Amino acid sequence: MSSDRDTILTSVRAALAPLKDRAALPDWDRELVHVRTIQPATDLWALFAERLKLVNGTPLTAVSELVALLEKNNWRRGYCDPALWPQFKDAFPAGIKIETTYDRTRVDDYDFGITAAAGAIAETGTLVLTDAGTSSRLAALAPWVHVAVLRREQIHADISAALAALPNDPNIIWVTGPSKTADVEGILIEGVHGPGVQVALLV
Amino acid sequence: MAKQLIDQFAAALPADKRASVYQSTKSTHEKRTKMLFDQFAEPNRLRSLAGGIKQHVLEHLDTLLPEVEAKLQANGAKVHWAATAEAACAAVLGIMQARGATKMVKAKTMVSEEIELAHFLEKHGIEALETDLGEFIVQIDHDHPSHIVRPIIHKNRREIATSFEKHGLGAYNDDPQTITRRAREFLRQKYLQADVGLTGANFVSVESGRLVLVTNEGNSRFSLAAPKVHIALVGIEKLVPRDRDLGLLLNLLARSATAQQLTVYTEFISGPKSATQPDGPEEMHVIFVDNGRSEVLASECREILRCIRCGACMNVCPVYRQASGHAYRTVYPGPVGAVLSPLLAGKKFPELADLPKASSLCGACNEVCPVDIPIPDLLLRLRDKGKREGAPLAAAGTPPMGAWALLATQPTAWKAALFGGKIINYLPTKLLPIPPLRAWEDTRDLPEWKGGEFRKWMKGRGKS
Repeated sequence: MSSDRDTILTSVRAALAPLKDRAALPDWDRELVHVRTIQPATDLWALFAERLKLVNGTPLTAVSELVALLEKNNWRRGYCDPALWPQFKDAFPAGIKIETTYDRTRVDDYDFGITAAAGAIAETGTLVLTDAGTSSRLAALAPWVHVAVLRREQIHADISAALAALPNDPNIIWVTGPSKTADVEGILIEGVHGPGVQVALLV
Repeated sequence: MAKQLIDQFAAALPADKRASVYQSTKSTHEKRTKMLFDQFAEPNRLRSLAGGIKQHVLEHLDTLLPEVEAKLQANGAKVHWAATAEAACAAVLGIMQARGATKMVKAKTMVSEEIELAHFLEKHGIEALETDLGEFIVQIDHDHPSHIVRPIIHKNRREIATSFEKHGLGAYNDDPQTITRRAREFLRQKYLQADVGLTGANFVSVESGRLVLVTNEGNSRFSLAAPKVHIALVGIEKLVPRDRDLGLLLNLLARSATAQQLTVYTEFISGPKSATQPDGPEEMHVIFVDNGRSEVLASECREILRCIRCGACMNVCPVYRQASGHAYRTVYPGPVGAVLSPLLAGKKFPELADLPKASSLCGACNEVCPVDIPIPDLLLRLRDKGKREGAPLAAAGTPPMGAWALLATQPTAWKAALFGGKIINYLPTKLLPIPPLRAWEDTRDLPEWKGGEFRKWMKGRGKS
């Protein structure tokens, strides 16, 4: 492999050698990517919720709303991050069965997965998930419904702010609505490999 | 005068396919334009800045590549280098064989298609399954993608339903939702059984050593949640200097590719999973692939390496809309492909020397390009290269220009021709037995000859 490394770097150096001047790195102002149709928000949750709905996501502000959504759709088996479960336990009826360990041999047994969000981006309706914050990558992905639990102070205004605050984590995922495709005749279908329903629950 | 190959493909394309390619490219293009111009005050300035950032990267690859290598290693990833397609395939196989791995799930990566990885691995007894819905359908059909973002833009739901039935994915059903659910059920078992998840990278930040991957379906995320080994194939041109530059590039990529504000899943991967995380790869391998890129860097067309693979140029291109992607005969279709494919072909350039001519040079591709690649200029440079190297395909479809050159350099002859040309207005040109003229007039009408009027106007203008 080291010889391929040398071959590549030698050809790259040779390719660039004849250039008299090399292009400088342009600097640019964050304001340039400001979405001008969005008014500056004082309430970042309100903006986030509005943008999340635009990508067919579901913002909720109370555990009771979550329980109602699950019951209405008959989603009765799910996973919950063991660190979050104690605070939700009392609000969940006995008819909804929760596991706090995700068993990858039974992926189809889970209707929903509840995990913690590490942040959010208001401008785009995006949830931020990390390895440190997500108790199981699969539980946040394989079930039909994913519920990301979010706190108000975790919400960034825009993409640039979120990039500036990227945590030191090997796997950070920005999730903007349910998984989707338009591969078949350009028709939008949600829930391809990931969740068909993406919930953000404010606590 | 032989027709250009692209014309032959366009002529052979069934009318319903042409109509659907035309409709969907046009609608994506219109949504993209509306979104960019409604939402940003200066979208063209953004394109030019993004182009500047990528050009900076290209012209500093000699220092940035070792820098990002060190960063990735510090993050716990293993870095490999592959100068050729063969070396890249061998590197992937080597990693798999050393671990006794036999099953791979693949997220969409253009580099893997460029090096024909899936085919190579299958020959070595490894199952390498495409997981992007469109790519999966292409794979089971032994077909080729025809668009870099919409691989099956050339297929309709009835064809897909027939393939699914043939491959045991349920009885014939052409409802797009049913098709998608069946792929979901089939593929999730494959993710869970796979030893290796293979991805590409849309960007690699030199500052942090983060690979950035965008998908809408969540297939790359699944490929990084179930298998224990992650291999990323990355073209050497994919670097960006700083994390903050991603703010510009991600905003432009999603809008240019699919008219989205942000792609559904944007992943930043800098190494194997954390110790406390139960799911995900314990090993991460990054293979930097050259496969002709350093030669492109040395050429006078190096700007093409800025490309971030959004597909906007094919969506707007009048030639692509008529001919569809297979007409370009390579992995990269459309205007970007007409430049990149002949260059990446290296010694096989003459086989693709007609592609730079598959353009009307209208310039729309440059106008929509999120990294402002001057594609029409590059096409002209490649036409020149084809001509200089005497590639026969570079001359296909070009009428002999000798007589025109003679006229254009002799003022008296030129004036006489301008006047004499009026005879054309009285000739039934569509019936003349001159094959090149007939071929041209098959799809066009000759305008009325007005020779000399411009000169008259110029003279009159000078006097007043």
